[in-house]
Amino acid sequence: MNAIYLMLMGLGAMALGYFVYSKFICEKIFKVDPYFRTPAHEMQDGVDYVPTNKYILWGHHFTSVAGAAPIIGPAIAVIWGWVPAFLWVVFGTIFFAGVHDAGAIWASARNKAKSIGSLTGDIVGNRARSIFMIVIFLVLIMVNAVFAVVIAGQLINFPSATIPVWGAIVVALIIGQLIYRKLINLLLVTIVGVVALYAMIYVGPMLPLALPETLGPLSDNQSWIIILFAYAAIASLLPVWMLLQPRDYINGIQLFIGLILLYGAVLISGPEIVAPAFNTDLPAGTPSMIPLLFVTIACGAISGFHGLVSSGTTSKQLDKEPDVRFVGYFGAVGEGSLALAAIIAATAGFASLADWQSIYHSFGQGGVSAFISGGANILQQGVGMDTVLAQTLLTVMVVLFAGTTMDTGLRLQRYIFQEWGNIYNIGWMQKAVPATFLAVGSCLLLAFGAGGDGSGGMLIWPLFGTTNQLLAGLTLLVITVMLVKKRRPMWYTLGPLIFLLLMTTLALLTQLKSFYVKGDWFLFGLDLVVLAAAILVSLECTATLTKQIKANKANPVTDKT
Amino acid sequence: MKFDSIKAWFRQASFYAEEAYNAPYRSAIARAKREEDDLFMLLIFSEMMGVPNPASYYTLELQPLLMERFHDWHTRIGMPHSPLDNIKCC
Repeated sequence: MNAIYLMLMGLGAMALGYFVYSKFICEKIFKVDPYFRTPAHEMQDGVDYVPTNKYILWGHHFTSVAGAAPIIGPAIAVIWGWVPAFLWVVFGTIFFAGVHDAGAIWASARNKAKSIGSLTGDIVGNRARSIFMIVIFLVLIMVNAVFAVVIAGQLINFPSATIPVWGAIVVALIIGQLIYRKLINLLLVTIVGVVALYAMIYVGPMLPLALPETLGPLSDNQSWIIILFAYAAIASLLPVWMLLQPRDYINGIQLFIGLILLYGAVLISGPEIVAPAFNTDLPAGTPSMIPLLFVTIACGAISGFHGLVSSGTTSKQLDKEPDVRFVGYFGAVGEGSLALAAIIAATAGFASLADWQSIYHSFGQGGVSAFISGGANILQQGVGMDTVLAQTLLTVMVVLFAGTTMDTGLRLQRYIFQEWGNIYNIGWMQKAVPATFLAVGSCLLLAFGAGGDGSGGMLIWPLFGTTNQLLAGLTLLVITVMLVKKRRPMWYTLGPLIFLLLMTTLALLTQLKSFYVKGDWFLFGLDLVVLAAAILVSLECTATLTKQIKANKANPVTDKT
Repeated sequence: MKFDSIKAWFRQASFYAEEAYNAPYRSAIARAKREEDDLFMLLIFSEMMGVPNPASYYTLELQPLLMERFHDWHTRIGMPHSPLDNIKCC
């Protein structure tokens, strides 16, 4: 099949989801009210609570949730063939992710813009809140470890990207200073910054830079991972205006340029999909598609991380309640379109089926490298870009995303450690530097503990997926309980919730067995922890919902709020 | 006429770019600034809390200027009324 059809079908279905389904959900189920006074107005303080234009808010929300994960997940999952991955990305976006993201903003906005974490405490119970904290911590550790491994792998596969990737950090540092000190107009800086970044991408292939294969006792992969964590630790300690803010800004622009280029190239060249619709010739050791497909695609469809962004910052800036539809649901559609681009690149960017199979020779292979090389081939055919240049461009896109997620993730982890220091009265843990060391240490432990040479990062990808889905489940639970309390139909969120919990638990059991067979006790233990959390979440769901439904029956007065 | 519309367009684009740049980090930066301001205020009002300040002769005249911020501070940290006897801001 031609990739153009896939693209049109996918984008068309998601557009339909936005225009029809999200309208129904927001107007009939959430009953958004244009006259509701949002927390941004009610508690406006110019610091946290600032009413923000919905297009700006959407851009902010979308760029904070879109990262490397919606590329990695679908690009791994096409190993089962493109149809299952495509279907889950499209339907997952329409019926799961959009409802989840918009719902998280809505739930938070209706509760004084509290974060989903504290909402879990208020609405479900304190036990659920503790589970929530543990799940967040696990997600952060895993995401940092996985991304470090992914970036290291790409810097080794595509050494032409080394200069632009690190150069982008220098550009961001300079931009940060220029803007902070108000030296030049932002629009001018933007143009200069983007030109500088793309100039470096152009120079990159001429000056490929690779680390020596062994550096003392370390392989190049291990050295990159350590360098990356050293960078992320320093970056997470710097004030945000210095590096994080300009980097995020450039990344956002880059994301739009990258998406337009990729989709444009697909439209122009119309590549054929070489990967099978359903892969019947699966490499040995590939786990069963159901339930693993859902946790592998993870953020490509529904992601718990979005709930954190939705309730943490977005809800505090919501100008009018009906904006949740555009900001939340359409944000999820943006993420879905990124995942769709990843699927197209990883299935249509190869010359023949044999080429594709040689990349997807075992489970966990392919992934980002397949996205980069496939996408580069499409760019070459579509817009006539040199293949190496196109590879560099896409590598820079993925790596910069993953890098930003890493330093944000480490920052959040540091806050968690500092909070624990506060709770348990451990003086040194409350300080920024030791807390950062603890955060980096725990991530390194996972990156190296999962596989001796640091390559084990990809092994934990499906495990990361399960944890992420659990987080989404908890957010859906909060929304569902709120809906039940308001006596509204609950199945639009309860359905996805049950499906998620079921698939996540099944996936955890499948993986548990495979870790046991392999004798990988480290991951076996980690899997057990996540499984325990999953079971606790399911129990919490059942208990809270039955209690609420009983309470509703006992008190049949309709609650109009 | 045409020049004006270009200028208007440019102003609009600038506004969107600045918002896109600032909106995500507004709170983090404002919070960091607030912390620095709090430290400065602590220096100004240190004598009242029994912390000797060699520069109090100079900081004394800054006190009225910081009155409003002081009120903002004590309400923010959960004290509805001024905690200091000699400052009756509310």
